[in-house]
Amino acid sequence: MAEAGTASIAQDGARIVARGDWTLDHIDTLADLARTLKRRAGAGARVEAAGVARLDTAGASMLLDLVDGEEARVEALPAGARGLLAAVARAQAGPAAAPARPDRGFVAAVAQIGASLETFWHNTTALVGFIGLILASIARIALRPARWRVTSTFFHIEQTGFNALPIVALLCFLVGAVVAFLGATVLKEFGASVFTVELVGYSFLREFGVLLTAIMVAGRSGSAFTAQIGSMKAREEVDAIRTLGLQPVDVLVIPRVIALLVAMPILTLVGMLAGIVGGGAVCALALDISPTMFITRLHETTTVTHFWVGMSKAPIFAFLIAAIGCLEGFKVSGSAESVGTHTTSSVVQAIFVVILVDALAAIFFMEINL
Amino acid sequence: MNARAPQVGEPVIRIRGLRNQFGAQVVHDNLDLDVHRGEIIGVVGGSGSGKSVLLRSIIGLGRPAAGSVQLFGEEVTRLRDAERARLERRCGVLFQNGALFSSLTVAENIGVPLVEHHGLDKALVARLAALKVGLVGLPPEAGAKYPSQLSGGMVKRAALARSLALDPDILFLDEPTAGLDPIGAAAFDQLILTLRDSLGLTVFLITHDLDTLYTICDRVAVLAHKRILVADALDVVEQADDPWVRDYFQGPRGRAAHAAVARSRPALHDPAGT
Repeated sequence: MAEAGTASIAQDGARIVARGDWTLDHIDTLADLARTLKRRAGAGARVEAAGVARLDTAGASMLLDLVDGEEARVEALPAGARGLLAAVARAQAGPAAAPARPDRGFVAAVAQIGASLETFWHNTTALVGFIGLILASIARIALRPARWRVTSTFFHIEQTGFNALPIVALLCFLVGAVVAFLGATVLKEFGASVFTVELVGYSFLREFGVLLTAIMVAGRSGSAFTAQIGSMKAREEVDAIRTLGLQPVDVLVIPRVIALLVAMPILTLVGMLAGIVGGGAVCALALDISPTMFITRLHETTTVTHFWVGMSKAPIFAFLIAAIGCLEGFKVSGSAESVGTHTTSSVVQAIFVVILVDALAAIFFMEINL
Repeated sequence: MNARAPQVGEPVIRIRGLRNQFGAQVVHDNLDLDVHRGEIIGVVGGSGSGKSVLLRSIIGLGRPAAGSVQLFGEEVTRLRDAERARLERRCGVLFQNGALFSSLTVAENIGVPLVEHHGLDKALVARLAALKVGLVGLPPEAGAKYPSQLSGGMVKRAALARSLALDPDILFLDEPTAGLDPIGAAAFDQLILTLRDSLGLTVFLITHDLDTLYTICDRVAVLAHKRILVADALDVVEQADDPWVRDYFQGPRGRAAHAAVARSRPALHDPAGT
């Protein structure tokens, strides 16, 4: 690399002599140099640039600093560099835009809270409106089989249901084993190890089977819905659908909602069974409760009501996850970053709503003695 | 002597026997091309003739199946990563759709290479970014905007500013005027010409825009039949004995562009340049 640019004040005091490479590679040195020299040389100093070997836009900008941006005061510049200096001088002539400084005071904090609340309110009303739109569209299409999108629906059933079976089963199996193990450890103190069977049966049929599945589906399929619809929105494909005389809700949303309504109960059933099998495995291996005994006891003590309580929540969760996933997809605007933001938001909202509804359902079922 | 003065002659890009293929489909076969320092060379060719693939081969984004690509006298295909990175810093690329990072403002986009390669402090980066914004003719307040807030023409200019961030020696432009209105396209053409003359750039330009070819290109290279058919001044290229070249330049659009330039040639070919 060639030597860094230098500059010094000539004997007569009215000229600054610049030499060497005035380029981006030496910009830190040059910036310091420009600052110190400018202080010492005083106003109206001229720059003699005959010794400048290389000049680029960054260097030219520093050179112009020495002469307060007055290009004419740079003298004896090699011919080819004159045009460069002139172009940089023109580019800098405009007023520099002051960067907006974010306010970090108390008022800003309150404003932030207000903005968040407002966003929450808008999200809620938008979701309620969107759910209404989906229901109205389903009602409109239901009577006209010609407008059912069967292929698309089956594709999404495969994507969200069939392909998710292994991971849902594995997850529930493991959690079932953990619940059984924890239960057994506590119940052993009271000599009631055998109640582990009820613990696993109750928890998976009523709550864990459907809740774990819903969380898995929100993370796996809800996010996929947002990303798919979001990238279509970003590339104006959604607008194209509308201009072709089709309803984006009919084409994109209804097949996904129907698919999840079908897939989720199946996944929930598999999740419940896997959880109970996981509990049974721990009982057999660590508690001396044989599988036969486990099944008999489960049969005797657990009524089918628990199964229906759990299963009744599956379609509700499915509908909410699909609606949130699709709605967030439609909120995407243009950029790649927006797709990411809304995908995150979709998963967080879906899991939040699922747990909220699950808690409300628990209270409801308790009140009606189920 | 100043190294940035345009000295037409010495080749900065030298391609010999280039071959590119995807599976069984051969895009380029035995392609030769020289690009000289300080010139604006326009590359034309039909859709799918591999103009963008040629560009990618030169800047090292795609690896050719055979042949040699020399950039500043160094063989691109045989360089180690560190050497290639050094070479890439001397090349500025304007992609067809701008390829601005959508999560960053225009000024931050321009600042990316400055921060990454030179580790400059914030104030200096902001200042150099503002300089580049002015250089490409954007208003100062454009620096604080995000790419999604800009019009198509402004995105092109902002992307050009980013490609100029490191003061490259060669500027690669992939269809710079595509999607711009005629006024915007003409202004962009003049901007390229001004930047070439003031910054001493070499410009490698892919275009479909006949007006661009006629107004700013020193030489035109025709990419057809998997190689460069002819690379020369426009009036020579127009006379080339090839059906595709004839259709391209003697078609109604070609004639219109030619006529338009003939009318305004004295004004456009201002010898002082700036």
